[in-house]
Amino acid sequence: MKNLKQSILISLWFIFLTFPLMVIRVNTVEQEVEWRWMNMAFIGVGTFVCSYIWRYLMARKEKGGNEEESKISWHQTLTTEKKYAIPAAALILVIAFIFPHIVTEYRINTMISALIYVVLGLGLNIVVGLAGLLDLGYVAFYAVGAYSYALLNHHFGLSFWACLPLGALLGAFFGILLGIPVLRLRGDYLAIVTLGFGEIIRLILENWNEFSFGPSGIANISNPTFFGQEISRSGGILFIYYLMIALVIFTIFVVNRLQNSRLGRSWVALREDEIACQAMGIDRMKTKLAAFALGATWAGMVGVIFAAKTSFINPASFTFLESAIILSIVVLGGMGSILGVILAAFVLILLPEELRAFSEYRMLIFGASMVLMMVFRPQGIIANVRRSYEYHGLDRAEEAK
Amino acid sequence: MEYFFELFLGGLTRGSIYALIALGYTMVYGIIELINFAHGEIYMIGAFTALIVASLLTMAGMDGMAVLALSMVVAIIYAGAYGFTIEKIAYKPLRQAPRLSPLISAIGMSIFLQNYVLLAQTSDFLPFPSLIPEFSFMEPYEHVFSSSELVIVVVTAVSMLVLTYLIKFTKMGKAMRASAQDRTMAMLAGINVNRIISTTFIIGSTLAAVGGVLIASHIGQINFYIGFIAGIKAFTAAVLGGIGSIPGAVLGSLVLGWTESFATGYVSSDYEDVFAFTLLVLILIFRPAGILGKTKTQKV
Amino acid sequence: MADKVLDVKALTKTFGGLKAVDSVDLDVKKGEIVALIGPNGAGKTTFFNCITGIYTPTEGDVLIIPPGEDPERINGLKPNKITSKGMARTFQNIRLFGNMTALENVMVGCHCRTKANIIGAIFRGPSTLKEERETIQKSYDLLKEVGLTEFVNEQAKNLPYGAQRRLEIARAMATDPFLLLLDEPAAGMNPQETRDLDELITKIREDYELSILLIEHDMKLVMNISDRIFVVDYGKKIAEGTPREIKDNPAVIKAYLGED
Repeated sequence: MKNLKQSILISLWFIFLTFPLMVIRVNTVEQEVEWRWMNMAFIGVGTFVCSYIWRYLMARKEKGGNEEESKISWHQTLTTEKKYAIPAAALILVIAFIFPHIVTEYRINTMISALIYVVLGLGLNIVVGLAGLLDLGYVAFYAVGAYSYALLNHHFGLSFWACLPLGALLGAFFGILLGIPVLRLRGDYLAIVTLGFGEIIRLILENWNEFSFGPSGIANISNPTFFGQEISRSGGILFIYYLMIALVIFTIFVVNRLQNSRLGRSWVALREDEIACQAMGIDRMKTKLAAFALGATWAGMVGVIFAAKTSFINPASFTFLESAIILSIVVLGGMGSILGVILAAFVLILLPEELRAFSEYRMLIFGASMVLMMVFRPQGIIANVRRSYEYHGLDRAEEAK
Repeated sequence: MEYFFELFLGGLTRGSIYALIALGYTMVYGIIELINFAHGEIYMIGAFTALIVASLLTMAGMDGMAVLALSMVVAIIYAGAYGFTIEKIAYKPLRQAPRLSPLISAIGMSIFLQNYVLLAQTSDFLPFPSLIPEFSFMEPYEHVFSSSELVIVVVTAVSMLVLTYLIKFTKMGKAMRASAQDRTMAMLAGINVNRIISTTFIIGSTLAAVGGVLIASHIGQINFYIGFIAGIKAFTAAVLGGIGSIPGAVLGSLVLGWTESFATGYVSSDYEDVFAFTLLVLILIFRPAGILGKTKTQKV
Repeated sequence: MADKVLDVKALTKTFGGLKAVDSVDLDVKKGEIVALIGPNGAGKTTFFNCITGIYTPTEGDVLIIPPGEDPERINGLKPNKITSKGMARTFQNIRLFGNMTALENVMVGCHCRTKANIIGAIFRGPSTLKEERETIQKSYDLLKEVGLTEFVNEQAKNLPYGAQRRLEIARAMATDPFLLLLDEPAAGMNPQETRDLDELITKIREDYELSILLIEHDMKLVMNISDRIFVVDYGKKIAEGTPREIKDNPAVIKAYLGED
């Protein structure tokens, strides 16, 4: 009864709150007013239902999620136990290889975009998920990669293969260049500075016509070649698709190894407690810089591929919105979790493509889910589980001595 | 010289608007140490609400100051309500969470609100009626300083005075200052900290709405995206002055306003936003505590 | 004099106008357990923070003398440099890496004694693998030393309080220090846990040939295990000596109980 009353009040409050924006629309030119009373009904019913869900989730959260954590979940079994991991990986690989031959070119293209976001997500995951550095200007390094291929190709005719490592290097270079001054800053300031830096890069690309051809961008970027052979357009798409698959596999491999290394541990430790971390003899700046530069390297590399894929780039592809999308992939997937990030990238990029009606609401849902995730499930769809080590062997060996 | 004055006064106007928004950032940061990314969106929502109300009233045949006053009041009420609700949904459940969580939540809220307005209204620029009347006594100076600019500067100054009074001399202001110093201690002293935080959000949102209505009326058009840039610039101003400090926010805003005004006037107008962002980056790198802020030593 | 490992001379730290630490001399000899005591707010933790590089001292010298090496002035060095020179610490308010396992916490402590880099991490060559194996073994041995083997793969934040304190000690030990600084290791422990800690500290001193400097409020623990005690009040050193001397020192009694 108390809940019902509360929910009615919440519903009324939101009806009031959304009234001017949701119900009224004025056309100032024609001097007409459009009243959309249906929206009011939607809001009323919607918030009423939502308040019940909210209350339920809150209660569940307060009861403690510990039970959940102790259970070994399906994804953990899938990724750690060889018995399941190898067949699963093989199956995914087979599907990945067959996929482009059974779908339309359009589908391949959207799949490439999704894969691009997978790699971007995994790259940012190193920075945000592992090292805990909130980078809101990640897209700037993506732009660095894309423009380095576009410009080097345009002015000097450099090939895709020459530019791929160059783009990665330039990404890393800019990562270090920006990282050295800003990584001293506390978490929230770092977020703002990186955001500012990302915007500066975009604004420069937009305004410095002599250098970047301004808002109109650069067109006719060459397709990649295959061992010196020109590839047809449709072949090119297929080629980029396989290239992206390879890059995703490579990225997973690298991130996985890094995660369980000396460096990876120091990133996580740094995220947990900077002061304790320094007291353990870890050089804060070097460690942060390594994470920042690695993240930027991946962004630079994917940038090159992006430019090759679209064969046209302009500054509009590198707005803050892109950074926000990549960030929400990391957040929703689960900070630090590889599988989570991959799943989130597929869901967030492919779903709006499949459900056209839904695509309009894409950013609205991104934003809302970032808030809800933080409130109810900060660990993401798939929580990153710290690796446990086996020691029984060691112990027994010692006892035997 | 006249050009200089024009830029100076233009900077003053800009700075006033930034100050109205920056205060919200600084007050919220002072109490819960959170960069409220959604604050710029409140400013935008304030402007949209005012636009809708003003259009309805104009169509109903009202005009002049009454329209301005009424739409301002409604915008203020709604901005306050939004600020209050946002805090309850996106930040309050995260009081105990790691620092990064509320920040991400705030970014999510900002994206959500932008797209909410985009979907509920339009993605186009909407013409905003110039609600501020032209004063006849300003006519001789109109080419350097318009009536609407005068109103902006005056309203800002009055708002600052009222705010200073609220914080310095009322019981609520005292509670706010106490909560900013030490939240736990304030709670132990019997202050309802949750209510203080809500109040802070409401006051900040109110000021942002005032800024939103004034600038929209001055420039003459709005869209769903105006909050983002304005928000970041106001945040820059708050950091410039020393985040958490109220006079600092005003000072920082004026400095930023003048920097932008003179830089676009004398250097190049293409890079208008670059100046602000560069200033932000430089400040954070070289003097993160800002002009009036104090460097805090971390407790170990 | 030759066997000192830490020699602090006239250390002063001011915050604004306040002298938190005022010209304090202190030294620790090889193999010694030295306690730094004083009422709350006397400047003990500030002293620790100054010698471990978290704060830069305003005046004075901090010299460390690693066994068999020349003295070195470490004022103003970064905390991580100081740790890698062989002086490790724990924290008063436990600062573990909560979301990492107990073992990983200790493995992080091994950081400055290992050297695998990005390339090594990615390719996992034989030397990296060997180093990783040794790190795991060493960390496990340390957990065993402090009696935490049952918690090896448990997240640090889920450990019982006393275990967290001991994990902090194990983590500091992983940096191979010759001098271990403990900031209120017994804070919040019950009498039984404190007795265990007493044993643990004495044991690690012997097993690892360490010198130990500790801040502590638990007088029983301090009197039991310390070889020498330094007393500070209002930032100034007011006494130094053996536990017996300190017990009877009028200045110390006055500082703790007030005038009369």
